[in-house]
Amino acid sequence: MSDEHEYADPSQDVEDSAPGDEPEAAGDLGKAVRGYVLGLALAVALTAASFWTVSTHLIYAPGVPVAVLVLAIAQMGIHLAFFLHITTSPDNTNNVLALAFGVLICCLVVFGSLWIMANLDHNMMPMNEMLKMQR
Amino acid sequence: MTSVVLQANEEPERAQHGAGQGFSAKGHGEGGPADRRIIVGYGFWVFLLSDVIMFASLFAAFAVLSTATAGGPSGRELFDLRTVAVETGCLLASSFVCGMASLAVQQRSQKWTQIALFFTGLLGLIFILLEIHEFARLVARGAGPTRSAFLSSFFTLVGCHGLHVTAGLLWLGTMMAQFWAKGFRQSIRYRFLCFSLFWHALDIIWVAIFSLVYLVGVST
Repeated sequence: MSDEHEYADPSQDVEDSAPGDEPEAAGDLGKAVRGYVLGLALAVALTAASFWTVSTHLIYAPGVPVAVLVLAIAQMGIHLAFFLHITTSPDNTNNVLALAFGVLICCLVVFGSLWIMANLDHNMMPMNEMLKMQR
Repeated sequence: MTSVVLQANEEPERAQHGAGQGFSAKGHGEGGPADRRIIVGYGFWVFLLSDVIMFASLFAAFAVLSTATAGGPSGRELFDLRTVAVETGCLLASSFVCGMASLAVQQRSQKWTQIALFFTGLLGLIFILLEIHEFARLVARGAGPTRSAFLSSFFTLVGCHGLHVTAGLLWLGTMMAQFWAKGFRQSIRYRFLCFSLFWHALDIIWVAIFSLVYLVGVST
């Protein structure tokens, strides 16, 4: 733990700095820790809720996957907000727009695949009929 | 030793550069170009989103093939939710400790950075070992990736996430070595920013895996 490796003043740490580069704000440490702890607590609560959802018989069985999906989306939101720090600040506008585009593509890929494959499956001749035709 | 030399050469006149002092981007190009930190984060975020889209296609394949068990075992018979719960806990705790490491980097504390990164890696390693153990158990009871289309897509999806975590562990080791050997240089802090984004994003993908693959697989 040699002190010679540590920069005493972060504002002097300028090698390869770009125009407009500012040192990251050190901010309030206690507040930052509280943010992470809150994120962890919410994520643990949502994880426990999803595991509870599949183990209990209180929920109408066909509704369980929907409940798990909703809890998963909520937990992803918690991770994005508290751990990845995707916020509404001007610094984050580009990140939010990229995220929105990514979510759009993911939805197209997943729901498009499910839709097309279910449709093909529905229209395909059953396998035993196909075998009969080949004789 | 190199860091000492660099420290001596640094110029204190950086306040003249573009952005207004103490502020980052205000939007609409006001206050000069955005911080390099913002731009680095944005670039890596775009990469992560492309990675997430790759995972989305693997999820789509799994969703389509999840009933194609070819007479073999289904998820209901195979999955052990207790292991999955422990894996989830490990990865979530690892993500949290990685956040603590980024705060330690902000505080320029070599000791706490190394401690937090060590526990981040340790929890990630436990996760990987549990996953390897689970895969070995499945293959041993004849439910390997060759058994059915369902199991092929399962091993591809979960194995791809496991490979990402393994790569992340190697990256984590190099970050610890770089902080140790070179101190809190700006270029290394940017690399660490990318690493922490990567690690948190892997946790988000795991949330989707444990929910949609394991929990839904067991409940249907």
